[in-house]
Amino acid sequence: MSPRELVGRVGFYVLIAVITAFMALPVLWLLLAPFDRTPTLTTSLPEWTWQNFAGLLDNPYALASLGNSVLLALGSMVVVTVLGALAAYALSRVRIPGRDGLLYALLLLSSIVTGTAAMVPIFLLMFELNLIDSQLGVVLVLSGGLLPAAIFILKDFMDATPRSYEESARVFGAGPLQILRDIVLPVVRPGIATIAVWTVVNVWGNFLTPFILLRSPDKSPAAVVLYTFYTEGGQADLGLISAFSLLYSIPVVAMYVFVNRRYGFRFHGGIKR
Amino acid sequence: MADIELRRLVKEYPGGVRAVDGLDLTIADGEFFALLGPSGCGKTTLLRSIAGLETVTGGHILIGGRDVTGLAPGARDIAMVFQDYALFPHMTVRDNIAYPLRIRKMGRPERHAKAEETAEGLSLGGLLDRRPGQLSGGQQQRAALARAVACHPKVFLFDEPLSNLDARLRLEARTFLKRLQRDLGVTTVFVTHDQAEALAMSDRMAVMDAGRIRQIGTPTEVFQRPASTFVASFIGSTPMNLLDAVADRDTLRVAGTTLPLPAAAGPHVRDGEKLVFAARPEYMTLHREAEPTGIEGVVAIVENMGVGSLVSLEVPGGADGARIVQVTVPEGQEPEIGSRGWAVAAPERVLLYRHDDGELVGSERAGAGEPVLAGAGD
Repeated sequence: MSPRELVGRVGFYVLIAVITAFMALPVLWLLLAPFDRTPTLTTSLPEWTWQNFAGLLDNPYALASLGNSVLLALGSMVVVTVLGALAAYALSRVRIPGRDGLLYALLLLSSIVTGTAAMVPIFLLMFELNLIDSQLGVVLVLSGGLLPAAIFILKDFMDATPRSYEESARVFGAGPLQILRDIVLPVVRPGIATIAVWTVVNVWGNFLTPFILLRSPDKSPAAVVLYTFYTEGGQADLGLISAFSLLYSIPVVAMYVFVNRRYGFRFHGGIKR
Repeated sequence: MADIELRRLVKEYPGGVRAVDGLDLTIADGEFFALLGPSGCGKTTLLRSIAGLETVTGGHILIGGRDVTGLAPGARDIAMVFQDYALFPHMTVRDNIAYPLRIRKMGRPERHAKAEETAEGLSLGGLLDRRPGQLSGGQQQRAALARAVACHPKVFLFDEPLSNLDARLRLEARTFLKRLQRDLGVTTVFVTHDQAEALAMSDRMAVMDAGRIRQIGTPTEVFQRPASTFVASFIGSTPMNLLDAVADRDTLRVAGTTLPLPAAAGPHVRDGEKLVFAARPEYMTLHREAEPTGIEGVVAIVENMGVGSLVSLEVPGGADGARIVQVTVPEGQEPEIGSRGWAVAAPERVLLYRHDDGELVGSERAGAGEPVLAGAGD
């Protein structure tokens, strides 16, 4: 290796190390700050304490909000996977003119539904429907925003399931719902698992929709409650925020690990045979 | 056990394409019946119509005397084996075989016992807990067969049952399938594009083209007396020699040679009529010396076929220059490339077809006055 190459390679690794450190610092902060007696925005070895977590227990909304987050996430997950699977199956099997155009249009427009731009009309719509300050309303809005992409991905899985599976079951006398339950759903299970996790993660991290649609603090999910952690002086309460952030991130990471072990993530169809 | 009867069956796709075009067919009880034809001839559509997977546009389908035309596939008492076997990848072999029984609400222990018994009969005994993905191609095929056998249908439908197997396995599976069908005695219809498969396995076969049946008969009949030039060129592992010919009183002028006109064909042929002379390479012999009834040519290609060789003779003449006549020769008698040869057809094996519509003319083996298209379904 020539000296020139050596310098190049060392420089490359130094660059990677700097970028890695830059990325790792916030994570390190998240792991250390919750246990620090006086957490700051810098990352340093903490004076070990549990007082920040004790503080969370004193906060009336902190733990309940995690429950609310679970409620919203699971509710949306059920709506998105059930409706998504049924719609994707139908769209995959029935020929209607302009089907693909419809799907792409839905996909494009869906980013607007949960986006900032449509918040005023959505607020008005929810107001008319009497769904302000209702967790059902939040679930419906979030599901509506996620469904097109879910249908799009699931349809790909359904398309990749050979029709001969269904035809074979039909010849043996199975009805449409039997076929869906016994054959199609088990075959596309990796796709459904992917969509379920993706929905949970999206809803879990969503701030704007519940912030606008929910009024009472006891219904707010964790993302909104996190926003209310101030000291009496109006300063951000870093102790509470860091401890809560840690609790808030654990379920998502755990779920990711579990599902990845169990099903493996795939965003495209296809069957290993 | 049941026979299958198709009456004036029509399947027309939107846009006016007729995949099955007014087809009449009766398949006898216990028969092993082959539907043969090139791709796009409607044979698979016909099979799927019998299964109920396609809704027919007209006509009737009767299975065992019962009109099933309007019935759902599940109510027809049939079992179908698909080209890709359609084994459910998330179920074990046991659950796959037992699935039709589960649909029929048979109890779990009962259907598992039935699945195990059937699997044993098809030598799948040790594989019951495997998933289809862990089976070889031949095992997958047997699992798919076991699933069909376990539900005791009146009719088996096989869609290209052997096409997913490699060549060696295909021969084994052919024998296996034929024996299985014989043992069970269930009326079976199978679709294939491979003429060798149809000849080898079926009791009777139908050759299809463009939604119609071109010929129905036993493999021997179809092989020896193809009803038209289409069937003639489709059947046989070496294609039949088809040469333009002209009738000239009681002789036949073909490729620069004058042959006696087969006596039986005489009454059916007009003087000067354009015909097609047909003879299989297997029914011709190659001579080194001039023969009065031989077609003269130059040896262009010799293909080794294991037992014997296929010799291609280049025959001069015709508007388009040289034509090819193929002859099989026994082992050890291969001619030199470039040498002269005379191909002589066994007179009783020569067939004549009309040039305009390609239909068979009564020939040597047909008695005078016999219908020109004996045994043809169209």
